[in-house]
Amino acid sequence: MSGVHVSTTVNGDAVEFVCPAGETLLDVLRDRLGLTGAKEGCGTGDCGACSVTIDGQLVCSCLVLGAEAQGREIGTVEGLARDGELHPLQEQFISHAALQCGICTPGFLVASKALLDNNPNPSEEEIRYALAGNLCRCTGYDKIVRAVGAAAKDLAREAKKTKAKTKKRK
Amino acid sequence: MAEAFDTSYTDQEFTVIGNRTLRPDGVDKVTGRARYGADATAPGQLVGLILRSPHAHAKIKKIDTSKAEKLPGVKAVLTSADLPDLTNGNRGNYDILENCMARDRALYDGHAVAAVAATDMETAKQALKLIKVSYKKLPHVTDVDAAMQDSAPIVQPHIKKADDQTQSTNIANVSTFGHGDVEAGFAAADYIVEESFKTEQTHQGYIEPHACLASVGPDGQGELWVTTQGHFTFRSVCSDLLGMDIAKLKVTSSEIGGGFGGKTHVWIEPVALALSRKCNRPVKMTMTRDEVFRATGPTASTSMDIKVGATKDGRITAATAHIRYQDGAFPGIWGMLGAMTAFACYDLENCQSVGYDVLVNRPKVAAYRAPSAPMAAFGVESCMDLMAEKVGMSPVDFRLKNAAQEGTRASYGPTYGPIGIGATLRAVKNHPHMRARLGKNQGRGMACGFWFNFGGQTCVDMNIGTDGTVNLTVGTVDVGGARASMGMIAAEELGIPYEDVKVTVGDTTSLGHNDTTEGSRGTFSSGMATIFAARNAVEELKARAAQTWDIDIGDVAWEDGQAIAKGVKGSNLPPLSLKELAKASPRTGGPIAGHNEVVADGAGVSFASHICDVEVDPETGATKILRYTVVQDAGKAIHPDYVEGQMQGAAAQGIGWALNEEYIYGDDGTLQNAGFLDYRIPVCSDLPMIDTKILEIPNPNHPYGIRGVGETSIVPPLAAIASAVSNAVGVRMTHTPMSPPRILKAINEAK
Amino acid sequence: MRYEAPTTTKEAAKLLAKEKGAAHLLAGGTDLLVRMKGGFIEPDLVVDIKRIPATQSIQKTASGFTIGAGVSCASVGRDKGLGKAWPGVVEAAMLIGSDQIQGRCTMAGNLCNASPAADSVPAMVAARAKAVVVGPKGKRTVPVEKIVTGPGATSLKKGELVEAIKLPKPEARSGDAYLRFIPRTEMDIAVCSAGVNLTLGAGGVVKKARVALGAVAPTVVLVPAAARAIVGTKLDDAALEKLAKTCEAACNPIDDKRGTVEFRTQVAGVLAKRAAKIAYQRAGGK
Repeated sequence: MSGVHVSTTVNGDAVEFVCPAGETLLDVLRDRLGLTGAKEGCGTGDCGACSVTIDGQLVCSCLVLGAEAQGREIGTVEGLARDGELHPLQEQFISHAALQCGICTPGFLVASKALLDNNPNPSEEEIRYALAGNLCRCTGYDKIVRAVGAAAKDLAREAKKTKAKTKKRK
Repeated sequence: MAEAFDTSYTDQEFTVIGNRTLRPDGVDKVTGRARYGADATAPGQLVGLILRSPHAHAKIKKIDTSKAEKLPGVKAVLTSADLPDLTNGNRGNYDILENCMARDRALYDGHAVAAVAATDMETAKQALKLIKVSYKKLPHVTDVDAAMQDSAPIVQPHIKKADDQTQSTNIANVSTFGHGDVEAGFAAADYIVEESFKTEQTHQGYIEPHACLASVGPDGQGELWVTTQGHFTFRSVCSDLLGMDIAKLKVTSSEIGGGFGGKTHVWIEPVALALSRKCNRPVKMTMTRDEVFRATGPTASTSMDIKVGATKDGRITAATAHIRYQDGAFPGIWGMLGAMTAFACYDLENCQSVGYDVLVNRPKVAAYRAPSAPMAAFGVESCMDLMAEKVGMSPVDFRLKNAAQEGTRASYGPTYGPIGIGATLRAVKNHPHMRARLGKNQGRGMACGFWFNFGGQTCVDMNIGTDGTVNLTVGTVDVGGARASMGMIAAEELGIPYEDVKVTVGDTTSLGHNDTTEGSRGTFSSGMATIFAARNAVEELKARAAQTWDIDIGDVAWEDGQAIAKGVKGSNLPPLSLKELAKASPRTGGPIAGHNEVVADGAGVSFASHICDVEVDPETGATKILRYTVVQDAGKAIHPDYVEGQMQGAAAQGIGWALNEEYIYGDDGTLQNAGFLDYRIPVCSDLPMIDTKILEIPNPNHPYGIRGVGETSIVPPLAAIASAVSNAVGVRMTHTPMSPPRILKAINEAK
Repeated sequence: MRYEAPTTTKEAAKLLAKEKGAAHLLAGGTDLLVRMKGGFIEPDLVVDIKRIPATQSIQKTASGFTIGAGVSCASVGRDKGLGKAWPGVVEAAMLIGSDQIQGRCTMAGNLCNASPAADSVPAMVAARAKAVVVGPKGKRTVPVEKIVTGPGATSLKKGELVEAIKLPKPEARSGDAYLRFIPRTEMDIAVCSAGVNLTLGAGGVVKKARVALGAVAPTVVLVPAAARAIVGTKLDDAALEKLAKTCEAACNPIDDKRGTVEFRTQVAGVLAKRAAKIAYQRAGGK
């Protein structure tokens, strides 16, 4: 067993770990860094429960080697809430009852954030296709799609407010 | 003996029930803090892995584990020799034992044959490779109809023909239900519809694979952290199989990442405990998705013949169903449930349904959401459409004319109380969806479904803190928001804010036995026990108030979360709130608690009617679901969001079953599509919004009128979609899934 | 297993060449890690090429485009110039898996994985794409259809790797399109597929055509007869029918969990017709 030494950033924090060369980033996050928010639903990139971002790009962490994380910035569901405040997506998932068992929820949140970062005002169809890589077996997706749409509106309102504030200051 | 409380529906006005409260575990679940089966760790834990049969059916001649045992880092290797038969003639338990670890024969592709526990994953994987199993391949059978032939390979030789105890058979059970004289009924019919149908095997497809963390000490005491629908049942089964004392095995249910019936049975848990017992180290086992598909319990595939007779004016005179359920390698009750549900929606003078449980070389079939009912409904409801067409009625009107109602003798025996089949059909008839225009290559279908619902053994505990906040401990697992509903019920009954109640799913040491969370029983039974526990606590609160006021308890009433003094003596006394009584409790007699244990009888049957529009590409056979509407009689909807969620989720699973999901076996009897890539559950872009209409026809046997909601809506989709597709392409579809190759073939053959 | 992340293609080739055990190349990893997880392969060495600058960019040159072997399909999808020049190729690349998979998978990886169902390959073949192969003996450029020799097998020799995919500059009045059939709307492997690339002459008559089919034979197949069926026509119904028939004739598929021989054959023809119509429109035909 030859370990690989990796220095990387997870949710803004610098971390170091040693892992076997063949170990996935998902296993590193869960078993070495104690971040169990990302879930293994399939291990083959078919369910999206392990979704994280690498340098802002949405990926399945089960299809990334831990060794590849060297020097990258990893984002996980644990990094969504900031300073004790839930992200609007998190708020809307709760208020829309967009989760039942909740196992797919971390993956949906990470994927939804990646969607809204790139497309702040997605149509229902765009939401559905963007989230096609995240399987949910409980909800039939209805309430998830609504929650993401509502969060997009929240974020747009927030952005407008921030813009207005910065204008005032000027 | 617990006090008896009134279970009857009282039509009371609610203040908390029916609101869309925020679920108390929501923040944990959106932040990644919630801990599921695979999220627990213990100091010194080992990785447990299982070696599985690559053959559909094989004699296990020898298992050589010596090399694996010698590998550094391997702490325990286990075969069936380490799991002696302690079942004492209990064949059901023996079947579970044999399914968890093959004994002399591997009965299906994926059947466990050995297990290891090692210090890390790489070592454990290497150890599996070092175990040498000598197999002698045996003939196999995976198709339900083939397995019923006399020439078929026998899966369980101990099962004999009913009429010849010297001959083994794969037909484990035959269950017959019905009444009247079907021959006379068919003779009186103007029209007869007779058709055969097939459904392929589907899996519950929960996103969380089975996972557990088992720890058994040298003193024989054990702990099990596990994703399960029934930790009390898991405790009983594991104790039985391993010869442990029930009280000394503590089972904690983790958050559960979906179950739908598949987590009502043990698979890896006895093995994990046995491995841990062997090396006295905690052992964590997590199934891969491949293992979930190959070696946990999918639902049955079926083959069936349905016959319906009716008069010209649309009255059904007789109906029969012969439904053959494939149970996998071990007998179940699936044929019985299918036979019971087949005609439950209808008021029939003459009916007979026969369900067969047939063994094949596939994994042991487990419950899947309203188990057995969707397949039976596929055949029966399709025939209802065919008959409606023959008699010249709309599918809805034909069903309305024959629907069961209060007082109808159900096809499976009992006489119905107030039921909702008629109401759901009328709601469908009046729904704008039924009048929406259809375009080219589009079709509409509707169908009905039934499920019994279940109550069962239940035990809850309620403890009131000195600040007036309340701990409610329940023993049914929260599979989809139940903690919110339980908190609402407790708040309603006590008259306090919902936010003041903290609901916990207790482990097996904290409560008496609770039956598994199955049969849509969670909200019905734990809701009932919560009401009674609260009433129990209210009695104590009233006693404390009476004591404080020095009046008779009979002169204390409980209203809006406070004790009110009644009668002459109490006329000037200000009320005492729950908070005040709780604060004073250390001086008035100590902690205030409520408790209830009950067999929650009187579960209310539930009905649903669905409408579906599809568009089929005539050149490729691809089906798109354009619009979907679910109408369901849910009884009282405690939390409408989660009731809708159950209806939508069940419909989505039914859509997957109808269109693409199936187990595909090769000629060698091995599963070809053990993964989410080729076992195709619906993705987000496959579905439209799923409209819901909740009908609240109260269950008279529950104080709040609750029926149970989780399962019924997986029953109609197969038939509703089949009719929609058939109407779109002009060919009756009789085989699910209606995958593009099947539809295109049907179109080609009709040309 | 060892993990290496060299910074030049030459170095990568060297590592692959000298490894005595099982050496595997890691680009996006969306096929490699699945095979590792399933225990189908047990690499002794994995060479990650994503730290090699030459594999990391899309270059527009006078003769066309060079797409680095480590460029994710998501990046391919974001490149506006590429999307305008080769919409069919870009759409094909964007059909591989989910957004998550898109973030990792590469066109070169899709090619070298050597699946007959690879989405980007029929489109690349139709577009006359070439692979830049680097090995111990230097660099060579080969048509992509020469890379794959059978399911899971390539013509790459030990120590060789694909550094980039080259797409030519599209001809005037040309257009391409790719369509695949899957049972769901996303996430499936193609049951069959068709890539079409057309160039129009005067009056909207098809002057040149290339038609490639996926998942209907051990490798992606270029079907010259299908091209001939539409060259010289304005893609009228008779020409489309002939196109479908010639495509069907070129099919040699298998029955498996994803489809039947009958289905794949029939639908390949349907897809070829539909893709041809899109390509025709994109080429400016009416």
